[in-house]
Amino acid sequence: MNMPFYVAPEQVMKDRADYARKGIARGRALVGIRYADGIAIVAENASATLRKINEIYDRIAFAGVGRYNEFDQLRVAGVRAADLKGFQYSRDDVDARSLANLYSQHLGQVFTHEMKPMEVEILVAEVGHSTDGDQMFHVLYDGTVFDEQDYSVLGGDADTITERVRSGFSDDLDLGAAVRLGTASLSGPDRTLSPTDLEVALLVRTNGRRCFRRLDDDALGALASSPTEPTEPTEPTEPTEPTEPTKDTG
Amino acid sequence: MPMFPPHDDPGSNFPDLLRRTGLKQPAVSGHGPDDLPHATTCVAVRYVDGVVMAGDRRATAGNLISHRTMEKVVEADRHSGVAIAGAAGPAMEMVRLFQLQLEHYEKVEGSALSLEGKANQLSMMVRGNLQAAFAGMGVVPIFAGYDLRRRLGRLWAYDITGGRYEEREYVATGSGSLHAGTVIKVGYTEQLDRQGVLKLVARSLWEAADADSATGGPDALRGIYPVVATITADGFDQVTDTELATTFATVAEDVRVR
Repeated sequence: MNMPFYVAPEQVMKDRADYARKGIARGRALVGIRYADGIAIVAENASATLRKINEIYDRIAFAGVGRYNEFDQLRVAGVRAADLKGFQYSRDDVDARSLANLYSQHLGQVFTHEMKPMEVEILVAEVGHSTDGDQMFHVLYDGTVFDEQDYSVLGGDADTITERVRSGFSDDLDLGAAVRLGTASLSGPDRTLSPTDLEVALLVRTNGRRCFRRLDDDALGALASSPTEPTEPTEPTEPTEPTEPTKDTG
Repeated sequence: MPMFPPHDDPGSNFPDLLRRTGLKQPAVSGHGPDDLPHATTCVAVRYVDGVVMAGDRRATAGNLISHRTMEKVVEADRHSGVAIAGAAGPAMEMVRLFQLQLEHYEKVEGSALSLEGKANQLSMMVRGNLQAAFAGMGVVPIFAGYDLRRRLGRLWAYDITGGRYEEREYVATGSGSLHAGTVIKVGYTEQLDRQGVLKLVARSLWEAADADSATGGPDALRGIYPVVATITADGFDQVTDTELATTFATVAEDVRVR
């Protein structure tokens, strides 16, 4: 008769985390950057139809990396939660913080109780009526939430990219500078990303009720060709955190 | 978090989502009181750039004016609008749900419904209100919009059972619709431009208010004018009160010399 082997809970959790991290690291990264008029989200995405960045509500956007089917399911659930709340109470009562908490609960639950953790990281961004109100919540595969101020990086090779964004970020970026910083941070010094490799969407403070807006390839091309800012990234020597070898294949 | 298994997913259907999450209000049964607020005359007319929609601002409860500033023409989404006549409470709720459904669909699916799809959706909502309609709380909307695929303005009339009828030239609904509709019928040509069509709908509402006690005319004293909006390739655009004041002044002048 077979007896099940005892596996220490620490080991179970570590294996699950490793599994999720590996899946996420395989995908391409994205960055969210605060700029003067809102929040710009720049993602590396060769597909023009399968989106990583989407609208959730009037002032809230969602972005996901990792397995498409998993973060898309989370996106739809977020739209539903937000629309239901807005219908039941008021549009003003829908906020990114409570949505991020919902995501966190759900991801945490799946991480500990399901067969397999979700191989996703998500960003819930909300643009405020003034700069003070801008919020970015970065939620990990295990439900960990980070409240990030100026920028947020999700996906494979995040530490290297974070370092590039950090060195180029300043408090008063305009739209073009923010998009160029995001693009340069994603590409690194050794390659260039053309508008067709990118998906860029914005939460614009002054866009009326629905702040979400996509930038098409033409608009991106125009932004890329305007005078370049000093976004020459400084290469960090050694990525600190990733325990997995990060491949940039996704 | 509202999650559903793949075989049991409500998709992009917001009313169904409401039902599943227990937030849907129970349907009205029995006969309602006779003096509920009712909203009245609305019209929609095609013109060269798209369509124009207009509605007066009065709501009546029995013989009393219950509200002077009701907005019966509302933006459904960027390229369509809905105008309502009937019991004000259920009508406003229907419009709110309709707006939400269009936005919900657009966000979940990643692209907006076709104009015909929107008209069909509204039809189902009117049909869903049938029981309340028999209790005296019917809602009869007009739906109009700019069809981005066919590049023209289109408009639909409804009946109380959710019947949906696309019209080529104009639609009028509500208690003053006979008078408003006749004015438009007489003045309509296919070459109407923006200015011409604005004057025509202003005149139609003027005559409806003149003959129907439940329709409000322009109220220059309080600065309350009908809600008039154009829907073109550029989207839904509400005409300003300043422009309406001028339009109604010319209508008043025409009436005076008559």
